[in-house]
Amino acid sequence: MMSELSYFEKGKEVSVREAFGRILVHEAGARNDWVLLDADVAGGTGAKPLVGAHPDRVMQFGIAEQNMMAAAAGVADTGLIPVVSTFAAFGCMRAHEQFRTAIAYAGRNVKLCCSHIGLDVGPDGATAQMLEDFATMRAIPDVTVISPADANEFMQAFKAILDHEGPVYMRIGRSPTPVVYGADHDFKIGKAHRLREGKDVTVVATGVMVARALEAAKTLEGEGISVRVVNLATIKPIDVEEMVAAATETKGIVTAEDHNIMAGMGSAVAECLAEHAPARMKFVGVKDRFGKSGEHNELPAMFEIDAAAIVKACRALVK
Amino acid sequence: MRNDLNEIARQIRVTSLEAIYKARSGHPGGSLSIADMLAVLYFDVMNVDPANPGWLDRDRFVLSKGHACPALYAALAHRGYFPVEEAKTLRQIGSIMEGHPDFRIPGVDAPSGSLGMGLSQGLGMAMGAKHLGKPFRTHVIVGDGDMQEGNTWEAIMSAGFKGMDNLVVIYDGNKLQGDAPVETQLSLGDVAAKVSSFGWHTVAIDGHDTVAIKAALEEAKTVKGKPTFIVADTVKGKGVSFMEGVLYWHGSVTMKDQELADALKELEAA
Repeated sequence: MMSELSYFEKGKEVSVREAFGRILVHEAGARNDWVLLDADVAGGTGAKPLVGAHPDRVMQFGIAEQNMMAAAAGVADTGLIPVVSTFAAFGCMRAHEQFRTAIAYAGRNVKLCCSHIGLDVGPDGATAQMLEDFATMRAIPDVTVISPADANEFMQAFKAILDHEGPVYMRIGRSPTPVVYGADHDFKIGKAHRLREGKDVTVVATGVMVARALEAAKTLEGEGISVRVVNLATIKPIDVEEMVAAATETKGIVTAEDHNIMAGMGSAVAECLAEHAPARMKFVGVKDRFGKSGEHNELPAMFEIDAAAIVKACRALVK
Repeated sequence: MRNDLNEIARQIRVTSLEAIYKARSGHPGGSLSIADMLAVLYFDVMNVDPANPGWLDRDRFVLSKGHACPALYAALAHRGYFPVEEAKTLRQIGSIMEGHPDFRIPGVDAPSGSLGMGLSQGLGMAMGAKHLGKPFRTHVIVGDGDMQEGNTWEAIMSAGFKGMDNLVVIYDGNKLQGDAPVETQLSLGDVAAKVSSFGWHTVAIDGHDTVAIKAALEEAKTVKGKPTFIVADTVKGKGVSFMEGVLYWHGSVTMKDQELADALKELEAA
């Protein structure tokens, strides 16, 4: 009998990779139609608990990501669902062509889940801080791109992508991040979630930036600025309706992402709105530069992707 | 004539050249060098069902050197996956017969054309079969260019280490690559010794001898705990004298009317 999924406590700080390990073990007990493909980084991605609990569900490739990625296409051909997991720099860049040609072009049912995304990586520094994964992955046709806001949303999203037919890329956060959702959350692929109502400005945030957007909204409330916060967990396909609502019902949009502002989530929102409902926009993100070593809670201020940066951008829009 | 593998290989060659001629582009040399292997695989060794191309328990085939797809499409057409006339819509707008293998084509088990990814895809199929306890076998044809890609060697290391005895590679050693002979671009050295050192069973054959190809594939079935790597000595452009061993015919080429006529005349007489 399968056990009830245990959610993380709202308000606590939890690393999303801890949720990855938990949901992997849970889903291994719930269904036997998927396998994890790892390249010697289960300790880093958070998949380790599965290796201990269900070693028969893990295909090990060693440090050879191109082989792992193309092999995932072959594994999918047998009817199994491969969950490919590595660091984003390897999954979304080194093995990018394997993902594009062997997986996406063939419409293979592969789920790529990568940790070590954005400045959230912290002290490992620029080579491990993947600030370009939204850019590389959303540029490939027919790929669903997901960036969950917290550990609980991640677990729901993981269940959803196993049920979804087709190639998916999903981010796994590394550092402790506030849990904003409870067990009552209802994640749906392609559906943005309005976390807070507001009439002056909308912050469209993704991943770790969602908690920072909520913090910024609270600060701005004290100044009399009413901020709507929308969690854009599915970056592709984008929720056009919710973006248009934000553009037409508030005076401007601030996008917030732990990613390069070039070709990232904000760019996706801008592409959408330029066509459907042109809006005034500000982009909070890493401003086209490489990352750096530092703690995950020190880097956001240095790179201006903290709550204060969101506050500043919102103020500028309502002026 | 269906049971005569040499005759089938001849038909694959004819259809490949007709398709490339009609397309006014494509790669004849490498298509002709694999025709005999495809005949043995699709008409003798592999357990497949053209009426049900996606049958999950079928034997798999990956053409890693995807530019030789005119021969693959020809083999699939003659085996009954789709009409032979459709194979001749190669590279044409509106056709699904893409310039490099497209997974949507009935019978094509994997997309390819970017060298170096085919063996990994075959490895994944073989690993899936082991995981699911299924007896089907996976075959991959790699070319000289494939053997220069690092991805291929990752797959060779992995498959050898894992002892994937349900995986067979046929290496089409035709000695010429896109711009020049393999020996001047990046020599592969003793391929059999290298692959063998990664834990593979290796066999060397004449890649145009259908009896030898069949024997090597049968031998592979008896090898336990190791994948098999068949080093096939081949001639680029095999079967058409003015194409044999001539770099120009690697492609992509536009064939002239007289060139097609001469080639078909030779193949007719063969």
